[in-house]
Amino acid sequence: MPAFDNMPDMELYQPVQIDDALALAARLADRGWLVGGGQDTYGWIKDRNKRPDALIDLNGIESLRGIREIADGIEIGALTTLTEVATNPIVRERYSLLSKAASVVASPQIRNAGTLAGNVAQDVRCWYYRRGLDCYRAGGNLCYADTPEAQNREHAIFNASRCVAVTPSDTGPALVALEAQMVITSQRGQRVVPADRFFVGPDVDIENTTVLRDGEILTAVRIPAKWAGAEFYYEKVADRNVWDFALVSIAGAMRIEGGNIVASSIVCGAVQCTPRRLSSVERAIQGRPRNEATATMVAGMASQGARPLNQNAFKMPLMDNLVTKLLTA
Amino acid sequence: MNPRLTRRRFIKSVIFSGAALSSGAGFYLASAQSRQAGAVERLVSLNINGRTRRVDVMPQETLAHTLRYKLGLTGTKIGCNRGECGSCTVTIDDVTHYSCSTLTHSVKGKEVVTIEGLRSESGALHPVQQAFIDELSPQCGFCTPGQIMSTVALLKTNPRPTREEARQALSGNLCRCGAYDHYLNGVMRASGQLS
Ligand SMILES: Cc1cc2nc3c(=O)[nH]c(=O)nc-3n(C[C@H](O)[C@H](O)[C@H](O)COP(=O)(O)OP(=O)(O)OC[C@H]3O[C@@H](n4cnc5c(N)ncnc54)[C@H](O)[C@@H]3O)c2cc1C
Ligand code: SF4
Ligand code: FES
Ligand code: FES
Repeated sequence: MPAFDNMPDMELYQPVQIDDALALAARLADRGWLVGGGQDTYGWIKDRNKRPDALIDLNGIESLRGIREIADGIEIGALTTLTEVATNPIVRERYSLLSKAASVVASPQIRNAGTLAGNVAQDVRCWYYRRGLDCYRAGGNLCYADTPEAQNREHAIFNASRCVAVTPSDTGPALVALEAQMVITSQRGQRVVPADRFFVGPDVDIENTTVLRDGEILTAVRIPAKWAGAEFYYEKVADRNVWDFALVSIAGAMRIEGGNIVASSIVCGAVQCTPRRLSSVERAIQGRPRNEATATMVAGMASQGARPLNQNAFKMPLMDNLVTKLLTA
Repeated sequence: MNPRLTRRRFIKSVIFSGAALSSGAGFYLASAQSRQAGAVERLVSLNINGRTRRVDVMPQETLAHTLRYKLGLTGTKIGCNRGECGSCTVTIDDVTHYSCSTLTHSVKGKEVVTIEGLRSESGALHPVQQAFIDELSPQCGFCTPGQIMSTVALLKTNPRPTREEARQALSGNLCRCGAYDHYLNGVMRASGQLS
């Protein structure tokens, strides 16, 4: 064998019908692992830090791909690649917030393979956890990122509960801002969960970042017409432009009538375990113009209540500054 | 269902490892006639550089592994083996992918092109290869096959990219020698925008 790391022996299933995939997911339960683009998956398995017995490759299921119009907005098949989401004309025209978010994930090659489902269902990037340490999230009883010496520059400033990891998904904040509906299918049927309830923090479930359970497959994401063609602002701040996760990101949708913001939906990524809706800012800017004066009025509001760790207090002014940019862009 | 269809669907839909087959349970049992039938599925036909290659592929095998260690196509490099460098870039149906992060079983029925597949029948280099030589793009050369594959894919969809578009298209290919500008010069030359 060559001297580089291969993946350990596993079964591989490549269903072409969604019913077959659901049956496999139900039968294999926690022994199985769904694969979209595999871009989050293979690292875990190569490192031996997650070790499913079987992979269920969903890529052969054509019905899970593509973007179509529905009565209220659009429906994006869960297996649609991030490149398709970023370049699709309908998404770009009506929901450029989402196409922008998808276009800054990782690198071109990862976006060519990575799927929308995989992007929202990916696990946290806390390196202690990724290293295979038995922290809270891995079923243990301590957090390596929340100690005096810990390297926690990238970690949470809000809503930590034992675990201080943040949501790594770039599309997550855009989907929450657009009030997307996540269509989850299992052999028992279908449930549709709003994006803001799809993501869960460690206070609710410390071992899962979403409400997805064994046997369930995210089959589609619906974007309601509510925010179609609204004014959008998206920005991701990271150390590097490519391959890097957000330090803080912001996704905002605003409706402006008669020169004033009549409705808005503003969400930050990478500040807590789930995309964080900035409800206080949304309320404060309601009925005011999108300008410098309004930005000054809400200065500091976004980061109110933050509880930074040793190395991540910089995320507070970063959040506030992103809100300023959103209002003055 | 028509038996041929069933068979086809079985081939497309499942690769049994020995363990899964012998477990006997499960809905695929009806189509999985025998252990041999399952075992055969490891032997797949791949379309690599325009040729059909028969190869025995493990379920969990990555395309980079198959290319380098089973097909001898060592032009595709493995740098990080985890999607973080781009040296393993190949095109699958004209789209760039990291072969270290692609299951070989997922490219059945698709056209894979590696750096070895670029030169013409006569042995002449691909215009992108020639342009990169003319512009002295590579330094150590380790990242070069990946940079070339990304450029070839770019020029297929955008024959005259701006330098910024080229920068974006090659942004998933690290160069630890830092020869980025030289590669961009190569892209501009290959697209006929440098004389
Ligand atoms: C070097 C590198 C850099 C990265 N940078 C970024 C970044 O900047 N921003 C970012 O957002 N992400 C980043 N990622 C993370 C990730 O790879 C991508 O976000 C990608 O979108 C994941 O999608 P996938 O389809 O490849 O996921 P997969 O690996 O296929 O799946 C990820 C998870 O989702 C589950 N899953 C997949 N499909 C479904 C489904 N239909 N239903 C239910 N569960 C499902 C899988 O079981 C798995 O647990 C990076 C990854 C790497 C390796
Ligand atoms: S932040 Fe969460 S994932 Fe990281 S070490 Fe602490 S408990 Fe584990
Ligand atoms: S070896 Fe595949 S991206 Fe580095
Ligand atoms: S030329 Fe040496 S890594 Fe790019």
